[in-house]
Amino acid sequence: MVTFIENLINGLSMGSIYAIIAIGYTMVYGIAKMLNFAHGDIIMVGSYAAFIMISTLGVPVPLGILGSVIICLCLGIMIEKIAYKPLRNAGSPLAVLITAIGVSYFLQNGAMLVFGSNTKSFTSVIPASIQTMQIGPFQIKGIAVVSILTSLILVGILQTFIGRTRPGQAMLACSQDRAAASLMGISVNNTITLTFAIGSAMAAIAGVLMCSYSPALTPTTGAMPGIKAFTAAVFGGIGSIPGAMVGGLVLGIIEQLSKYYISQQVSDAIVFGVLIIILLVKPTGLFGKVIQEKV
Amino acid sequence: MAMLQVTDLKVNYGVIPALKGISFEVNQGEVIALIGANGAGKTTTLHTLTGLIQAASGKIEFEGKDITRTPAHKIVTMGMAHVPEGRHVFPDMTVYQNLMLGAFTRRDKAEISANLEMVYGRFPRLKERARQVAGTLSGGEQQMLAMGRALMSNPKIILMDEPSMGLSPIYVNEIFDIIEKVSSEGVTVLLVEQNAKKALTIADRAYVLETGTISTSGRASDLLHDDAIRKAYLGE
Repeated sequence: MVTFIENLINGLSMGSIYAIIAIGYTMVYGIAKMLNFAHGDIIMVGSYAAFIMISTLGVPVPLGILGSVIICLCLGIMIEKIAYKPLRNAGSPLAVLITAIGVSYFLQNGAMLVFGSNTKSFTSVIPASIQTMQIGPFQIKGIAVVSILTSLILVGILQTFIGRTRPGQAMLACSQDRAAASLMGISVNNTITLTFAIGSAMAAIAGVLMCSYSPALTPTTGAMPGIKAFTAAVFGGIGSIPGAMVGGLVLGIIEQLSKYYISQQVSDAIVFGVLIIILLVKPTGLFGKVIQEKV
Repeated sequence: MAMLQVTDLKVNYGVIPALKGISFEVNQGEVIALIGANGAGKTTTLHTLTGLIQAASGKIEFEGKDITRTPAHKIVTMGMAHVPEGRHVFPDMTVYQNLMLGAFTRRDKAEISANLEMVYGRFPRLKERARQVAGTLSGGEQQMLAMGRALMSNPKIILMDEPSMGLSPIYVNEIFDIIEKVSSEGVTVLLVEQNAKKALTIADRAYVLETGTISTSGRASDLLHDDAIRKAYLGE
């Protein structure tokens, strides 16, 4: 029982990281109506940025994380402006999807050029004193607690931002009806840029957490978590923030339990298998809405 | 000088011309009806005025300023509100949130709440349903919400696209009553309607659009008694 609960907590913490990434995916989809397949690679850039600042340059950890967040935020805005915005009114939505895949490879290969393909060993941002904690009968990793708390705080901030502020309401309005939003005086372009900025900043935080979990940092570090977070977002109902949160957590738990109780090697297959089954039963995802086609 | 002056406006959808050079004007305080068959270009005209569609050529002047290339989100701050066809309320937001989005570009909290009370006064049903999610309102209520939302920007001119479409006769009468009240309070109205008879009854002047050109224009009361118009648009 103790092992099961420990596994549950580990799954929950990995799931919180997926959730942070998935929220970025789902927000961009909800507002820009596109799948940003480069989202996972922004995690990787954020991790390298944090790695260089903290491990190489010796910047204090909080400043290193802040720097990584700022770099990713700018990167997100740049990608949107340079690669996606010119295609926003292109005839086919496939154009921007393919561009996103291109941006993804561009970032991976760019990182390989700059940092080399050698695995870098990321130093955990968790102080050594709380690397592992003993709470009652449970042995829990410090990073697990930090990940769960971070994701809860981020979601709390995000929900308040969306519910209470003008830019947040603008985001909500754009996600529901872009033309009507612009008639209200909302700049759809600025709102989309803001969404990319927020999503990318969150990806940076996810990157730091993830690399503190498993320190191997390579140019493709972001790819798999990116795909999994996308899966989580679809599972929760793409476009829905609570959906992405729940989707991420559920995915993390399924992954951890199947790793521990079934097989380390096939855990990914199990995760995606479960996803396929759920989508067969409920194609719109947990919190997704049926999209009404306009007649 | 006219409040809104449109000169030789041309709009294309790809290679297909939607507006083939239309000119018209709206004066301060008028109710202008724009009538015509499906596909004549009525909605296109309104969309081009508020920047949702870009004109190919021609000129739109509002209070003396050229707004032909002004993006949609800047038009509303100039005092032009647009109630789009099919209402376009924000379906997952409450009635109150929808109304507040109508005042998105305004900063003065006191003025906004005074405006909100005014809208609630005009549409008591919206006040009753303030906390209800807009997507669950009836068609008539959504139309009222869309109109209330537009009024929240405190517009000088309001463009209404098919406000009576799909509504029961009782709601149709109510909506037209409201348009008359809005107009009597000094807001200029540009009304696009399929219900030509109703529109001509409340309008001062009207323009008839026919496949992208203005075929007839004049005083609404004259058009209402014009034999050709009666035959083509009033079903008589």
